[in-house]
Amino acid sequence: MSGMNPKSANVGIVIVSHSPLVAEGAADMVRQMVGDCVPLAWSGGNAEGGLGTHAAGILAAIERAWSDAGVAVFVDLGGAETNSEMAIEMLGEPRSGRVIICDAPLVEGAVMAAAEASGGAALARVVATAEELSP
Amino acid sequence: MLTVLANAALIGGLIEACREVIAANADHLSELDRAIGDGDHGTNMRRGLEAVYADRSRLVQLPLPKALEETGLTLVMSVGGAAGPLYGTLLIEIGRRLVGANGEIDLARALEHAIDAVARRGRAGPGDKTLLDVLYPVHAEVVRRAGLAGISQQAERAASLTFGMRAMRGRAAFLGDRSVGHVDPGAKSCALLTAAICRFLEEQCPA
Repeated sequence: MSGMNPKSANVGIVIVSHSPLVAEGAADMVRQMVGDCVPLAWSGGNAEGGLGTHAAGILAAIERAWSDAGVAVFVDLGGAETNSEMAIEMLGEPRSGRVIICDAPLVEGAVMAAAEASGGAALARVVATAEELSP
Repeated sequence: MLTVLANAALIGGLIEACREVIAANADHLSELDRAIGDGDHGTNMRRGLEAVYADRSRLVQLPLPKALEETGLTLVMSVGGAAGPLYGTLLIEIGRRLVGANGEIDLARALEHAIDAVARRGRAGPGDKTLLDVLYPVHAEVVRRAGLAGISQQAERAASLTFGMRAMRGRAAFLGDRSVGHVDPGAKSCALLTAAICRFLEEQCPA
């Protein structure tokens, strides 16, 4: 670990799942792939720690993974996407314009996006790489 | 009707009425959700309404539009699931548009704008078996200036009509045709809240 500045120039990755275990596990896989050179955070479960999603937790995760280069968000099921959209709006302009929810599988998308981000790719490139996985 | 009541009594009363009806029906709502979704709609809604209730001493001091917005934000932050952003968006947008440019309250116009925002947020439309299937008819009743009892009955009727619909959005959509034959939990909570609000207003301002 190089002790790199967490506010690195690389695009950040956020993982949102209804399950804290899934979110944390997917984040572990991303970490294994790219180490510390990509800002990374996850939000899993509802406000009480059960299965579900909540906008406040997602907003906090986006803040933790914030990069001025932007943040790519990966979601599992419906509520995860709706709550992520809400969290992005609450982030406010101009930062909300630099966060994109990817239409991609959660695990594969996050790992591939992170690999792309670790090479310094721009947000649009990172998102496109992940979305190539979706038919 | 909205101007007759003192602001704090109106806001406080609405919060209590909504909290009470959700608390009393949370188990039923979760049961409906277990049939076609992930079974947490009742507990999610109860968590949200309890959060609003806990904040009521602050909310009652705000002007009504601001109180609606803040209540919506609290629901977004506390409910979770898709219901949080959907109900949150509804209240936030009603609050933002309740008072027209002329300074008059125009509920029909505010509702129309807010329901459109909910439809966009959920990427859903009429007949998709969601809370919109209650919101659209409620709006129509408000537009034609139906009485409170009429609005309430129409909401309940609209919720029961989701029984025959095939879900197009949310977890229930994964079930396809098997989602037919169940009342949508979001439509049901929406009807319950509408009825509770109408009942409260009726008690305050008897015709």
